[in-house]
Amino acid sequence: MDSYIIESNKKKSRMPARLDFAQSGTGLILGLFMWVHMLLVGSIVLGPGAFNFVAKNMELAFLSDTGHGFPIAVFFAVLTIFTLFIVHALLGVRKFPISWKQHRILRDQMQMMNHTDTNLWYVQVVTGFIMFFAGSVHLYVMLTNPGNIDPYLSADRVVSSHMWPLYLVLLVCVELHASIGLYRLCMKWGWFAGKDAKKSREMLKKIKNRATVFFLALGALALLVFIVIGFNHRDKVGERYEKTGTVTQQGFDGSGARNADGIHE
Amino acid sequence: MSEQETMNEIKTVSAQETVTEPEAVSTQNTSAEPEKGNETERILKFQIFRYNPRKKGDKPRMVTYEITEAPGMTIFIALNEIREQQDPSIQFDFVCRAGICGSCAMVVNGSPTLACRTLTSKFPDGEIKLLPLPGFELIGDLSVNTGKFMRAMSERVESWIHDQDADKVNYDKLEERMDPDVAEQIYELERCVECGCCVSACATKRMRPDFLSAVGFIRLARYALDPRDKRSDEEFYEILGDDDGVFGCMTLLGCEDYCPKDLPHQTQIAYLRRKMLKVK
Repeated sequence: MDSYIIESNKKKSRMPARLDFAQSGTGLILGLFMWVHMLLVGSIVLGPGAFNFVAKNMELAFLSDTGHGFPIAVFFAVLTIFTLFIVHALLGVRKFPISWKQHRILRDQMQMMNHTDTNLWYVQVVTGFIMFFAGSVHLYVMLTNPGNIDPYLSADRVVSSHMWPLYLVLLVCVELHASIGLYRLCMKWGWFAGKDAKKSREMLKKIKNRATVFFLALGALALLVFIVIGFNHRDKVGERYEKTGTVTQQGFDGSGARNADGIHE
Repeated sequence: MSEQETMNEIKTVSAQETVTEPEAVSTQNTSAEPEKGNETERILKFQIFRYNPRKKGDKPRMVTYEITEAPGMTIFIALNEIREQQDPSIQFDFVCRAGICGSCAMVVNGSPTLACRTLTSKFPDGEIKLLPLPGFELIGDLSVNTGKFMRAMSERVESWIHDQDADKVNYDKLEERMDPDVAEQIYELERCVECGCCVSACATKRMRPDFLSAVGFIRLARYALDPRDKRSDEEFYEILGDDDGVFGCMTLLGCEDYCPKDLPHQTQIAYLRRKMLKVK
């Protein structure tokens, strides 16, 4: 118990600076990752072949002789993102209005001023809170199914495993949180301020709004395509997409060894 | 500049309506002699927060007052008229009437701003709700104790030039010259009138009362820029470097958007944040 008393009477800790920087850093990486992620997932709009091409390349299939790639690469990528996600959530929660009084004051302030950037912060608080749960479910599923990112298997997850409501919620939360967060980062550290900071802010806000609309539209379209594919595929749950047109069957839990008729791969 | 434009607008509207509605004007003028020649006048409805914490049994409430709008009327002028003609007990602060002293800051229809710089013509429906600035000790009605807050802030940020050699100044020598650009930057930040609008517009400050807030940041940025202040970044960190200081700012930008003097709060807080991050 003596440590804090001693510490608080010495010179100020550099930790708040490091934590603030870490919150911004993890947010920047996660925000940019989500934009790239959405573009990659959006490839389903071009057809299952395009999505399969992207998924295989993400598994580094171009480095393997068999062309099957290394799902372990996806595992480690998801693990990294999951870790960043948890660190970012931990750092972000420090700023939440954690007591009823703080929440009451914040809502009163929002009602009084109807100020866009204050309201946007509240959107981030709400979407961030929802993502603690929805994001964790998605990341855990991906962590345990690194080799099962496939147009049909993913579509099966969306429809037959009833994940579409979660993805819908996650889509709205992620895209709002990421674009508002990236805009706020620029404001927070004075990036792209240029000679006229007010003008630059207007421009960044415009970019933020457009990015939100674009990624929400792309995500909604991708989810819709997944739902259609999953619906048409509901009688063949667990069947992988094959470029040649033939299909192999695989256990839905991702174990390649568990197949129905022994012809897998 | 925008006020001037609005003033011109009032004159334009007034002139147009004189031509288009002569009958209405003449009817009005026969019943009310003093309103002669002022055809655009309308009745403004002020809803004003009333509460005197020093008066035993007094309860916070909103009271409505109606007055006739005059050309170029500001909230400050309207309040004076209400006090003179309807209710002498109403409390609000003012000194300069020109946006220089920062005394008359209050919340006008949800926006923390200066009453003397807010024209009633800004509100097309003529309904104006006035509240005292939140985040400050309430003196009574629309009057808050910003002075107490600002003094505490000044002491906290040690708002003076720190120079250990200041006593050894040779008064026979000319003061060291300052780069005009730096002087201009300092002057820009010196324009702060300590009205408190940035404090009231900041949800972070309202949620966390120990948060230094934008008025403190801009003051420190002013000293950090000043070459005569010999404080090191480490010394500034001792004032700023925690969650009650610059790392507690959540960049909600209320300070930037509601500052009546249009001070560059966002860029200055970002500057301090970058500067403090580099402190080893």
